[in-house]
Amino acid sequence: MKYVIIGNSAAGIGTVEGIRQVDKDGEITVISNEPHHTYSRPLISYLLLGKVTEEKMKYRSDDFYEKNKARFIHAAANEIDAKTKQVVLDNGERVNFDKLLVATGSSAFVPPFEGLALVKDKFTFMSLDDAHKLNDALAPNKKVLIIGAGLIGLKCAEGILKRVAHITVIDLAPRILSSILDDEGAKVVQSHIESKGIEFKLSGGVKTFEANAAILDNGQKIDFDILVLAVGVRPNTALLKDIAYIDRGIAVNGKSETSAPYIYAAGDCTQTYDVSSGQNKIMALLPNAYMQGECAGLNMAGGEKNFNKAIPMNAIGFFGLHVVTAGNYSGDTYFKADGNNYKRLFYSDNKLNGYILIGNVEKAGIYTSLIRERTPLDSIDFALVCEKPGLMAFTKEDRMAKLS
Amino acid sequence: MAVNFLYPDYEVARNYDRCISCRACERQCANEVHEYLEDSNKMVCDDAKCVNCHRCVSLCPTRALKIVKSNNTYKENQNWTGKTINELYRQANSGGVLLSSMGNPENYPVYFDKILINASQVTNPSIDPLREPMETKVFLGAKPQDIERNEKGQIVNNLPPQISLSMPIMFSAMSYGSISYNAHESLARAAEKLGILYNTGEGGLHEDFYRYGKNTIVQVASGRFGVHPEYLNSGVAVEIKIGQGAKPGIGGHLPGAKIVGDISRTRMIPERSDAISPAPHHDIYSIEDLRQLVFSLKEATDYKKPVIVKIAAVHNVAAIASGIARSGADIIAIDGFRGGTGAAPTRIRDHVGIPIELALAGVDKRLRDEGIRGNVSLVIGGSIRSSADIVKAVALGADCVYIATSALLALGCHLCRSCHGGKCNWGIATQVPELVKRLNPDIGYKRLVNLLTAWQHEIMEMMGGMGINSIESLRGNRLMLRGVGLNEKELEILGIKHAGEGL
Amino acid sequence: MKRVYVNEKWCLGCHLCEYHCAFAGTNGKDMARSLKDIKINPKIKIEEKDGVSFAVSCRHCHEPLCVKGCITGALSVSGGVITIDHNRCVSCYTCILSCPYGAISPSDDGAVQKCELCVKTSKGTPACVEGCPNGAIVFEERG
Repeated sequence: MKYVIIGNSAAGIGTVEGIRQVDKDGEITVISNEPHHTYSRPLISYLLLGKVTEEKMKYRSDDFYEKNKARFIHAAANEIDAKTKQVVLDNGERVNFDKLLVATGSSAFVPPFEGLALVKDKFTFMSLDDAHKLNDALAPNKKVLIIGAGLIGLKCAEGILKRVAHITVIDLAPRILSSILDDEGAKVVQSHIESKGIEFKLSGGVKTFEANAAILDNGQKIDFDILVLAVGVRPNTALLKDIAYIDRGIAVNGKSETSAPYIYAAGDCTQTYDVSSGQNKIMALLPNAYMQGECAGLNMAGGEKNFNKAIPMNAIGFFGLHVVTAGNYSGDTYFKADGNNYKRLFYSDNKLNGYILIGNVEKAGIYTSLIRERTPLDSIDFALVCEKPGLMAFTKEDRMAKLS
Repeated sequence: MAVNFLYPDYEVARNYDRCISCRACERQCANEVHEYLEDSNKMVCDDAKCVNCHRCVSLCPTRALKIVKSNNTYKENQNWTGKTINELYRQANSGGVLLSSMGNPENYPVYFDKILINASQVTNPSIDPLREPMETKVFLGAKPQDIERNEKGQIVNNLPPQISLSMPIMFSAMSYGSISYNAHESLARAAEKLGILYNTGEGGLHEDFYRYGKNTIVQVASGRFGVHPEYLNSGVAVEIKIGQGAKPGIGGHLPGAKIVGDISRTRMIPERSDAISPAPHHDIYSIEDLRQLVFSLKEATDYKKPVIVKIAAVHNVAAIASGIARSGADIIAIDGFRGGTGAAPTRIRDHVGIPIELALAGVDKRLRDEGIRGNVSLVIGGSIRSSADIVKAVALGADCVYIATSALLALGCHLCRSCHGGKCNWGIATQVPELVKRLNPDIGYKRLVNLLTAWQHEIMEMMGGMGINSIESLRGNRLMLRGVGLNEKELEILGIKHAGEGL
Repeated sequence: MKRVYVNEKWCLGCHLCEYHCAFAGTNGKDMARSLKDIKINPKIKIEEKDGVSFAVSCRHCHEPLCVKGCITGALSVSGGVITIDHNRCVSCYTCILSCPYGAISPSDDGAVQKCELCVKTSKGTPACVEGCPNGAIVFEERG
């Protein structure tokens, strides 16, 4: 059996490990357009911060490919020939596959800003190479403008704050981290980040760029030396265009199968069923990517696995303030806040839909599991679990089942 | 507020260099002796509440605690001791009868400690129990006096029902109510594992424990709590309790507060009603009356189970035993004045009854003299503390011993003698669920099995030393005993010679 | 594989497991010296309410969400035991978000911590099991 995996990040690695749980001998080829040993993308901001080294960014040990008997090819996959079951590489080589996994991830979305071409030092912040380029441009006297107050933009800001003169973050949305926080929660995090010296301009976009300045919608002019574009990401689906069904991302079922035979997909390039909202979504999250990849690997190698409990979830921290969120934010809410500790739970129809925790995130996984398992709230002590997440809220029988 | 005359008897000594304020002591003390002071991250204690049960001492992970006797003293007086004065103050304060638990702690002679065991030298070989067979098995029950034959001349089996024990030890009666469910389960499982018996006491038998029937003695006492046909037939023997060594002549009283849930069901009385066992059985005023009850119980159990009659060791015990041996009972159990209790008036416990060693020797001699020793087996109890006590008791004439205090010690009891408070920190003499759970029978029964396995080994060692390879050959073999520091009267009653005297 | 199992029926809420866990983490010889004046941060924690108590520590799941979700590869499974490499952990808390038992918590050294069955500290039986006075925590091979 010949397995080919396009992509060398969490989903691709998950696939390798999934395959090897079932098939110890099949040929595995990993194709990556990056020359690096598999590394953890979210760590690029920690690299700039100096909290990790490139060595420590490795997602798996040095002997990973060897141990898993996987061939690593550094090349870009230009095309998939579904008829001949081959992947065509940018160097012209054709790689045969019996089963193919597409884990091409996503790319930074750069809107067509007027005047953007005039900006010399502009960067995206998705890959190790992006980080290297940005790193080379950093200097203590430089001012940075970050477009986008999402996870990527803010992690970037945290990573480089100590190494530049000033950072301004702007976003069209009225709040930071708009995809994972509510208004009040965003304010808690925003004021914490502001207290570290980062400036925000919200509820407004850039009208035009000059070489070293941005003119905002409201006419305000912001000078900068370095521009970071972190507006959003788009799934890389081009390889499967006309081969498999693509919605917003590559559509896959619970077994990570695309609509095309023998071709699987996993990770940020796909859209998956979100059990918390009941909708198909792009959930560009590392844990989901790994688990979806592992699921794909198991199925590719003849195993039986269904990855059907995906939910959006994020664990992130800024300057020591932790933010953990999951699920979708609909329904009634339970709310409690005290200083930098902030908790909001969302529930309806006897189910927990989602939550936002800031500061104290102790035992957050209890909430996550209530969402993931769709636990009927009347089967637990919901009032207690709101106050204090723990196994105590479950029935004695459930506790026994979990612990003994 | 009235003046408090009483100073705590014991003090909690905390080594603050070792205390890490883990609060285990605080959490484990049902008497609320220990308290954590948040502000100073420090533990403090109120000695006045301490019953000296050592729960905190045992659970302290850094050995930061010990309990010491208070050295607060009254002016010294050999007559008016501090204890006497305190008891008087207590009664002057409360107007009540003093209550105590467990066995008589007073300074009366312990005859077992004045008796020494023989060993073989030269003229008769000792036996190594690790190399030679050594029998500790005993059968309790009446033994036939004559051989019976049928018309064809064949021997007829006329053996009355017998109890078979792997060693001459049984757990004596402790009711479900006076001790906890978990303590009962520990005893029952240990008895099963060891091949011996435990005793329900007079509280009936919890439905969960019918499965240990082959290792159970069911008791019928003056309150008749929990007695019904299925109960009587669930064990291998039925015991009629006439008296108890810790409180001869008086009945029992389990307060209504403890008669809840399972206990009320098991005792077959309404919740919260006091369980009062009258001092006498109201249908027994003579040996003839006793005989009626013995045969009623035999009738109810189809003559398949030996009937035990248990009495406290009192002055006239030999004559009473003689009567019991003629009543149809198969086994006589005699409980000495050091026997334990869950609650007894202090004056009764400490001043009524006689030592078991003297009672045993007297009874055994009387029954032999009357030629009725074979009518019954003799079981004695009342502070059997070690295997040596057992060997001495058997040599004095006992078939078997009852142990209870020793068993409770194995389960964690530290003899704080506060059972009557109902807040046993070791989960033994309590019905408070949070306290009961402290005794895990999985651990408890193993400790009991360990204890008696060790004792059995020791008994075999001592028997081997005497050149005896069967416990039956030791029974009543008083030549194997010598007294030390005993006067002639005591030696005469015990039927033993003084150390230094030969055959 | 042997795992830690807890039975709330026998848990006394004495919290000694927490102290034995914390002590095992210090590699000290005397608990009194090692834990004096220290606020412990154990890997096993007691939950208690209204007379019910039980200890919670890592279950070492067959399908460990924490390991699968770990963004750095700091969490891994070796011989069935889920261990954390403190050097590679960046405290993103994705594992805390993932663990359905609430058995992972922040450590004092800027990483996260979890029960590793004392594989790194003691010889055989985990300290919590050794230290439990009532058999409420056991280390057993079960199906």
